[in-house]
Amino acid sequence: MALLSLEKVVGGYGGAPILNGVDIAIERSDIGVIVGPNGAGKSTTLKAIFGLLKVTGGAILFEGEEIANSLPDKLVPRGLSFVPQEKNVFTSLSVEENLEMGAFTRRDDFRPTRDWVYSMFPVLAEKRRQAAGELSGGQRQMVAMGRALMSQPKLLMLDEPSAGLSPRYVIEIFEQIVKVNAEGVGILMVEQNARQALAFATRGFVLAGGQNRFTGTGPELIADPEVAKSFLGG
Amino acid sequence: MNELIFFFNNVIVSGAVLGCVYALGAVGITLIFGILRFAHFAHGDMMTMGGFITFVLAGLVTAAGIAFPLPTGFVVLPVAMVLAALIALGLDKAFYAPLRLRGAKPVTLLIASIGVTLMIQGLIRLIFGTGTYTFFAEEPKRLIRIDTEWLGATRPIAMTEPHVLLFIVTLVSVVALHYFLTRSRLGKAMRAMADNPDLAQVSGINTQLVVRVTWLIAGSLACAAGTMLALDVTLKPDLAFNIVLPIFAAAIVGGLGHAYGAIAGGFLLGFAETLSVFNWTVLLRPISGIFPEWVSLPGNLSIVPTEYKLSVAFVILVITLLVRPTGIFKGASS
Repeated sequence: MALLSLEKVVGGYGGAPILNGVDIAIERSDIGVIVGPNGAGKSTTLKAIFGLLKVTGGAILFEGEEIANSLPDKLVPRGLSFVPQEKNVFTSLSVEENLEMGAFTRRDDFRPTRDWVYSMFPVLAEKRRQAAGELSGGQRQMVAMGRALMSQPKLLMLDEPSAGLSPRYVIEIFEQIVKVNAEGVGILMVEQNARQALAFATRGFVLAGGQNRFTGTGPELIADPEVAKSFLGG
Repeated sequence: MNELIFFFNNVIVSGAVLGCVYALGAVGITLIFGILRFAHFAHGDMMTMGGFITFVLAGLVTAAGIAFPLPTGFVVLPVAMVLAALIALGLDKAFYAPLRLRGAKPVTLLIASIGVTLMIQGLIRLIFGTGTYTFFAEEPKRLIRIDTEWLGATRPIAMTEPHVLLFIVTLVSVVALHYFLTRSRLGKAMRAMADNPDLAQVSGINTQLVVRVTWLIAGSLACAAGTMLALDVTLKPDLAFNIVLPIFAAAIVGGLGHAYGAIAGGFLLGFAETLSVFNWTVLLRPISGIFPEWVSLPGNLSIVPTEYKLSVAFVILVITLLVRPTGIFKGASS
């Protein structure tokens, strides 16, 4: 049984659906990457999983249980975390307070998790008292990931984690994601840097028009001449 | 020296009194704006209502024959604050929550709060009439004098007991609020939600709970402000409605959504009002010798006449919006 599986999911913001039958299956050991052209429904898929828009058809199963249209305050305690693409830190709160907010749904002692996050992102430990809004783009992305990891998720979803970052930071963030996955957190992310992200993806999903076009391991998709021609720019 | 004591009594004490009332009211307005993104116009009437709740409780206690060394209205204030907080929660449930659920725009909520204003004022007039009430019908309003002979003055520093209690209530509220916002899990969640409501939801923060806590805090502080104002002057149905606009100005000057800004804005406006109506001739007369002969001090040298006291708040508001549109502290933009 997959950790997360989407079966023929249909949904949107009311009006015409944006997702027209998306299939996704992710294990806890996986790094899943969703790629596709603009408007394919990549980010929408993540939002649908996280209850941020209406799912009208199909099924979303997390550990075998239906979670479609559940709200985040129910999903986070179950082990699902989401890093939005933009405005993903509390700018006026300190780094440490940002992390604490990620642990809001927990009633147990979250300090071990915080130390674990600091050990993965040592720069955050240095800047723990600084307001998150004062950090660089790459560091903010680490705060955002750290915040999402504070709830000890089984699956971490990231919406374009490399957006707006310089090439050096893109590589660094991807390395961090692989590291987080190695710590036993499943990853499902949407990426514009498709070729780079698929290189380390254990599962790749090419979406177009709100539907799956191709599914396979990342390297398989890169090697597929059809995918390369239509979606990876030749 | 007597002139300086006069200045202290009329500007510093009065300014601080006004500043405390503005600050306690503006904090509630700014918190509600930060969390719910609308201007809660009925806040002044929640203050007045708090004053009347305290008045009724104090009346009951006095009727029971219980007397305290402190003003009864002050002694029952904690109970009144709890009641007022619950009523604030009820007002939200009845009038604002259903609108939010339907995704109403901020301006709709503003209009609804004007409705709540009229409703609260109407209810108060229905029950208590349009008259004026005092907390000190049965007990004396004590004056506190600090002798200033050691300063070489004959005039004492004077303030009333309610003034001193108001300073204490404000200090305790501000310190408590500070610790709540910076140390407690819910306080931090409140700041997080004011900062970025979408991310707060995504983080799994219980936003409904944060909204409820916001109303509880705003309601209880409004009750404290209204009661302390009524203890200082008198209690009437339009007690705080008359100052709700300067209170809004204080919240905006401080930076909407910013609790410390609202406190700073409250005191800034309080002192500005008393400073601008103060007759500076009083202070200048003793040193009139240093002026050239052709300068004669006018009888009244205040920046604005007393009748225009309230307009000072708006002049400062306009200047703030021109120079620093987000307020003294960087606040949330509307």
